[in-house]
Amino acid sequence: MTENRKAPRPGRTPMREQPAAERKKNFTEVPYGYNLEEAVAEASRCLQCKKPLCVTGCPVEVDIPGFVGAIAARDLRKAVEILKGTNTLPAVCGRVCPQEEQCEIRCVLGKKGTPVAIGNLERFAADWEREQGEARMPEVAAPTGRRIAVVGSGPAGLTCAGELARRGHEVAIFEALHEPGGVLVYGIPEFRLPKKIVRVEIDNLKKMGVTVEVNSVVGKLDTIDELLAEYDAVFVGTGAGLPKFKDIPGENLVGVYSANEYLTRANLMRSYQWPESGTPPVKSKTVVVIGGGNVAMDSARTALRLGAQRVILAYRRSGDEMPARKAEIHHAQEEGIEFMMLTDPIEVLGDERGRVRAVRCLRMELAEPDASGRRKPVPVKGSEFEIECDTVIPALGNNPNPLVPRTTEGLKVGKWGNIEADSVTGQTSREGVFAGGDVVTGAATVIEAMGAGRRASRAIHDYVMARPPKRK
Amino acid sequence: MFEIVSNELIGPQIYRLRVRAAKIARKRRPGQFVIVRAAENAERVPLTIADSDPEAGTISLVIQAVGQATKQLVALRPGEGIRDVAGPLGHPTHIEKFGRVVVVGGGIGTAVAMPIAQALKAAGNEVVAIIGGRSREFVILEYELRQIADRLIICTDDGSYGRKGFVTDALTELLASEQFDLAVAIGPVPMMEAVCNVTRPPAIPTVVSLNPLMIDGTGMCGGCRVTVGGQTKFACVDGPEFDGHQVDFVGLRSRLGAFRDQEQEAHKQLDEKCRLK
Ligand SMILES: Cc1cc2nc3c(=O)[nH]c(=O)nc-3n(C[C@H](O)[C@H](O)[C@H](O)COP(=O)(O)OP(=O)(O)OC[C@H]3O[C@@H](n4cnc5c(N)ncnc54)[C@H](O)[C@@H]3O)c2cc1C
Ligand code: SF4
Ligand code: FES
Repeated sequence: MTENRKAPRPGRTPMREQPAAERKKNFTEVPYGYNLEEAVAEASRCLQCKKPLCVTGCPVEVDIPGFVGAIAARDLRKAVEILKGTNTLPAVCGRVCPQEEQCEIRCVLGKKGTPVAIGNLERFAADWEREQGEARMPEVAAPTGRRIAVVGSGPAGLTCAGELARRGHEVAIFEALHEPGGVLVYGIPEFRLPKKIVRVEIDNLKKMGVTVEVNSVVGKLDTIDELLAEYDAVFVGTGAGLPKFKDIPGENLVGVYSANEYLTRANLMRSYQWPESGTPPVKSKTVVVIGGGNVAMDSARTALRLGAQRVILAYRRSGDEMPARKAEIHHAQEEGIEFMMLTDPIEVLGDERGRVRAVRCLRMELAEPDASGRRKPVPVKGSEFEIECDTVIPALGNNPNPLVPRTTEGLKVGKWGNIEADSVTGQTSREGVFAGGDVVTGAATVIEAMGAGRRASRAIHDYVMARPPKRK
Repeated sequence: MFEIVSNELIGPQIYRLRVRAAKIARKRRPGQFVIVRAAENAERVPLTIADSDPEAGTISLVIQAVGQATKQLVALRPGEGIRDVAGPLGHPTHIEKFGRVVVVGGGIGTAVAMPIAQALKAAGNEVVAIIGGRSREFVILEYELRQIADRLIICTDDGSYGRKGFVTDALTELLASEQFDLAVAIGPVPMMEAVCNVTRPPAIPTVVSLNPLMIDGTGMCGGCRVTVGGQTKFACVDGPEFDGHQVDFVGLRSRLGAFRDQEQEAHKQLDEKCRLK
């Protein structure tokens, strides 16, 4: 073993992917995934640390050395079992989690070389299982006679529902849109997360007895109070779906789409498959995306695939501060997205018919570091300039969806409209009502939403089991 | 699946569909709408609920077949179904006893105005209804409104039925001799704008129901945003009804117009594609 440690270790096994020139014309997933040999080679790099640092970076504490070790030993069934012990949606997380700031950044191998490709391996194991056809269903406990309503079918709601079903509760999911999955189906594009994967996960939940009521806008059709009359507890995972705008002149001109609208048209409504789908795609020549997060990258890369000739990403800070995942920034650059850093749009200009013709921007520069060491961007005097374009996509983040708070008396909300809930149990200010995910934290990550759904499921279980069932 | 119970033609390209949706029928209040999707892969279309029958568990939708999605909807026969119906969405109309109310409905907007007139009447208001259309066959729901309103004035642009002229002409005349406490105007955007211009000088509070394009109807996409009193509002969750004197109709018109251009452009391309095949 010591022998082995001294030998030069091979580098990280690269993941094969579609060449940029090809992929920017299609919506097919970009990375191909590992094959078995690649996965075993990569998994064999893991040192199987006694005190694995990677695990401390994972919001749901996946037993990383455990599942990686199982892959190295070619026991893929075991790898999946370990993964699913703590992570209900590994095929999703393997693709969209920011491993480079969570587990991989802490991997000891990263100190001298490159960390184990934990995300790639997670994806590999989960994909292997799905490709076997019938996924092995987790065991479902004997019926408890308790019924639980889960509002919203994003990662928080799906995870909470799955965990509760496992414990023998009768679970019904209520989803406002016509398809369950939340951001996983309406926001994150097909080329990053094929929708088929989400559908399989939802089918698995249904096989466990979870019912999914689509087209159910809670607060409008049923209120939380009405659900509470029928269900023993309610979990609210309605996400952060209220798009922010920049509040600059011209933002209501024709050709300005929130990132949510732009992505929903492409993903949920499948406008890229038009005319087979009924929603025609937004046709653009030049697109300016405002923002620097994952949502901005997804919008820019979608625009390119819908046929835009030029896609510009305007971000008011410098590249180092962009919150998007490094891998996505890299992919976007490879595909030819133009990054205009230190650029702050201040007005959208329209033509005589009220359509976008340009954005007026200011150049920014970084001021001297302030007390906290941060360099704030400040406008450069007289630097105004225009970018000619026909489409503008503000991708500035989202606030929590207000429908449920607005229609539920006594449900406490915070400054941004987020539901106030205990960070461990998800308990809200209303008895029997629990909440988790983006609706509590504001826009965050898939894995954090899942973690919240899972923690709340435990508290909900304890809560309902301490009381007689509502339905005799 | 939401079953079509009946489908009748009530005007040129205007159909009334009765759809089985028991829960929505029970919950819905006048002024609210649903978003429907005829079939898998079809577009999501917002439609006002014209009427509901909680006992029978049905809602009525009045649909003008103009685009691809609405044509697909009106082609459905009784026994067939609409794949998705989500609602009731939006705030219900604020109903109370105002006193004298004039309700103006233009074209298909009459179908939206009818349940509101009904609720206002039931709340003890005196209701005068003005409805209009391009010509006689575009005047819809006359019979129903006669049962509801204290007085019904019908106008057609070409004079083929009722009085000749626009609904705003009839309204101007009415306001010259009578006092009203509230006006409700529902119809094409230019009509609602014109009504607001008539009710502004006598300062009659005027409610309009806006129909910008929508996708989700839950506040998630922002596609339905309109400027009201200088502020951006989402029609699906903040509306669909607003104070007509505060609405930026110019912006609303250009957003609707451009969308139509885009759809036409898309279908032109589609036609060409088909011809090439
Ligand atoms: C474009 C985009 C890209 C992203 N990329 C990443 C990434 O790469 N990695 C990552 O970790 N995170 C990413 N995120 C963030 C991540 O998707 C979210 O943090 C996560 O989905 C939150 O999960 P949730 O379950 O709380 O809510 P959501 O996923 O938002 O789900 C909420 C669901 O509730 C439904 N709902 C809302 N109101 C009601 C109601 N009244 N009644 C019934 N249903 C209702 C909504 O329709 C929705 O389906 C991205 C987000 C976006 C928008
Ligand atoms: S820190 Fe890296 S090497 Fe250690 S167990 Fe985790 S993945 Fe393996
Ligand atoms: S329709 Fe999407 S926010 Fe109103």
